[in-house]
Amino acid sequence: MNTLSAVSRPELEPTIFDLSASGRRATAQAPALANCTVPANLRRRVRPRLPEVSELQALRHYTRLSRLNFSIDTNFYPLGSCTMKYNPRGCNQYAMLPEFLGHHPYAHASLSQGFLESLFELQEMLCDVTGMKAVSLTPMAGAQGEFAGVAMIRAFHRQRGDFHRDEIIVTQAAHGTNPATASMCGFKVVEVPCDATGDCDIEALKRVAGPRTAGIMLTNPSTLGVFERHIAEIRSIVHGVGGLLYYDGANLNAILGIVRPGDMGFDVIHMNLHKTFATPHGGGGPGSGAVGVAERLAPFLPIPVVAKSAEGYRFLDERDCPLSIGRLSGFMGNAGVLLRAYIYIRMIGREGLRRVGEFATLNANYLMARLQQAGFQVAFPARRATHEFIVTLKAESRDLGVTATDVAKRLLDFGYHAPTTYFPLLVPECLLIEPTETESRETLDGFAVTLEAILNEAREDVSRLKEAPYTLPVRRLDDVRAAKQLELVWRPDP
Amino acid sequence: MSTTIPAELRYTSSHEWARENLDGTLTIGITEHAQRALGDIVFVDLPVAGRHMAAGEACVVVESVKAASDVYCPVAGVILEGNPGLSAAPELVNSDPYGEGWLFRVQPSAPSDWGGLLTAQSYAELLSTSGD
Repeated sequence: MNTLSAVSRPELEPTIFDLSASGRRATAQAPALANCTVPANLRRRVRPRLPEVSELQALRHYTRLSRLNFSIDTNFYPLGSCTMKYNPRGCNQYAMLPEFLGHHPYAHASLSQGFLESLFELQEMLCDVTGMKAVSLTPMAGAQGEFAGVAMIRAFHRQRGDFHRDEIIVTQAAHGTNPATASMCGFKVVEVPCDATGDCDIEALKRVAGPRTAGIMLTNPSTLGVFERHIAEIRSIVHGVGGLLYYDGANLNAILGIVRPGDMGFDVIHMNLHKTFATPHGGGGPGSGAVGVAERLAPFLPIPVVAKSAEGYRFLDERDCPLSIGRLSGFMGNAGVLLRAYIYIRMIGREGLRRVGEFATLNANYLMARLQQAGFQVAFPARRATHEFIVTLKAESRDLGVTATDVAKRLLDFGYHAPTTYFPLLVPECLLIEPTETESRETLDGFAVTLEAILNEAREDVSRLKEAPYTLPVRRLDDVRAAKQLELVWRPDP
Repeated sequence: MSTTIPAELRYTSSHEWARENLDGTLTIGITEHAQRALGDIVFVDLPVAGRHMAAGEACVVVESVKAASDVYCPVAGVILEGNPGLSAAPELVNSDPYGEGWLFRVQPSAPSDWGGLLTAQSYAELLSTSGD
């Protein structure tokens, strides 16, 4: 007699090529060859090596894959520094209007007025939100936005005939992309430490700022989850030596509608539209790293930029912007992300943006207080959290031998995506937790209760945590082997 | 958690150690405390021989499963060689930080520079006061 066993945890899904059987077709989805207008001599003679599965097999395969995944649609996702908030479905609906989807990037401006108007208004709205004077939407992701920002800083100094500024200052708490960007743009990176309360060490900044300073890259609020209180002083020090201030917009969500980078004195900013302005992200793209600048940097913006005139809207190009740092994408960034961000802002409006900042901060501070009550140590207990905060397991690691990785892995068993671990680097055994504004109090309470239960488990029997996760298709992975021995499976050998 | 701090070596506040060799050159590595904080090391990016270093200049990148971290040259000098054994076995930095897991050798510009680094006792005090 056959025995049936209930599935206790999901199995790994084979690749779709493993499901393939020669000659199997999804006929309903196949193109109608009778209507094909491609001339016979241009058609391929050898079939592409595609998996041969039925429509139902393909559907089930991808549905099963999606169920193996942690996503914002299924799980609380407090991944610090990533702003994993809910992305309203309405934005998708409008961004996918057939007129947008079917619009060809080479279509004449006279046929693109609706699209161009949306982008123009997005530029204007982002200027208003950030306090900058001009915006370019063309960078394809946050890292490219950073590159554009620092390339503009370089172009600005060179245009003035100032070739001696070869240093970019970053703080110890900077995102890793900041020094990477500065280095990519040919600058030497100078690091300034943070003080015990998480702010920039002003005396150290004064020591390194000088005639070689091209600029400083700052995230405010910083990656430590606190607002940089010395920002006015930093501005006067850096501007005082002729440098510029670059704002990394990774944490913009915290200050929406409350304070503007332009008013803090920043000269350049990149925004992660996919994070702050709620388009689906986290899978590696597509993103959008729109950049904003103060008046004196406007001539250097990457092109194209949308302009409005009596004849309507049009793209500005090399002829209009001779000092531009150039193009960063083939056409106009990730147009679908730009449209979603535009619709999101139109949907929630100025008042809504302020509520985003307020509730992102409220949720973070509520969760921080709950976890402190449960016995967790936060990295900066004297400071109010911004949109995120840091728990450090330094004491638990010392006393119980439990690490941030162990706690993160155990959270997966309870249906929570783990917070960011081991970043920022200067806080040992840390969890960086960003609940975002779109989570309910019940969700935050549930998460706090779970983390407390995990801490209790660690006190009773730490080995339970060391073996976690138990409920996922794969157990604890060998991080070292994964880093050294990459196995990419995408289709079987012929 | 107790950590080994050999008495014959000198140290930096950024957790490098330096051994003075008989020929006046220095061998540099990271401390046991540092390797534990970094976690399992999977790659070490070593400096090329002949490179001139300022004291405190970043010259090695150590990549662990958690993060990539700079290692700083404790003294001014010229790089003589990186540890050839680390390309095949970077985990030596974890398993034997003061021995087979050394990172590079440097010819110091001033022989007295080694003496200016932290003694084992000072480094132990630094670790106990920083609490991590």
